[in-house]
Amino acid sequence: MTTTTPTRSTGAGRVLIAVYGLLALAATGRSVFQLLDDFEKAPVAYSLSALAAVVYIVATVALIMPGERWYRVAVLTIGFEFVGVIVVGLLSIYDPVLFPAKTVWSLFGKGYGYVPLVLPIVGMVWLYLRRPRAVASAPTAGTAA
Amino acid sequence: MIEWFTWLQLAVAFPVGLLCVLLGLAGRKPADITMGATLLVELLLIVQIVIAVVAPLVGNAPTGSPLEFWVYLVTAAIIPPLAIVWGLVDRSRWSTVTLGVAALAVGVMVYRMYQIWFVQVA
Repeated sequence: MTTTTPTRSTGAGRVLIAVYGLLALAATGRSVFQLLDDFEKAPVAYSLSALAAVVYIVATVALIMPGERWYRVAVLTIGFEFVGVIVVGLLSIYDPVLFPAKTVWSLFGKGYGYVPLVLPIVGMVWLYLRRPRAVASAPTAGTAA
Repeated sequence: MIEWFTWLQLAVAFPVGLLCVLLGLAGRKPADITMGATLLVELLLIVQIVIAVVAPLVGNAPTGSPLEFWVYLVTAAIIPPLAIVWGLVDRSRWSTVTLGVAALAVGVMVYRMYQIWFVQVA
């Protein structure tokens, strides 16, 4: 380890992890129901629900796990969520035909109290505050892709 | 679902959630009151599971999708135990906030269950 990555599972970060866990659970629950119930009805929206659920699970794990690699995973998954909620939020307004059924990101997460919209922002701020800091004489710095 | 019991669940889950969030933010570690209150939320969910099994057998069936209802109910019933275990492992004030978040989430989910059971609009 040539950089120190502060742990992300302390203090208020624990609440963040708890809320992420909850959202992962909620998204997975809805996704399982949609896949079992009537996948043919809206394959795009339902596939997206499943993808969102998986991303929330990975993000939750990445926030809990220590280390720089997991930090990068957390940044990627939380960034993906943010892009997802914005893009799907806009699409669900301008092209409701593509999203006839609800996903966790439809209408910017309205069905979930806008938590899916707020959470990635809070998550990114938290990750920024807890970013890895370079330690003096770090020979492998920069190898990170 | 029995309507008054569902309202009772909501009347417990939301105040418990608020109480735990406030006590947590005030710096309290998980204690008997907050853990016990979350346990009460879970016990009511278990009673709700029994009700949901029995009710359709005596002619009180959900107006909406039973599958969707059960996904909500089972998911909701998983949440408080996780929060309680969390509170036992991590003795910090943030665990108390987590207990509150769990109870609030259960409240929202019970409300959704209520909608699925009673008020389906096509």
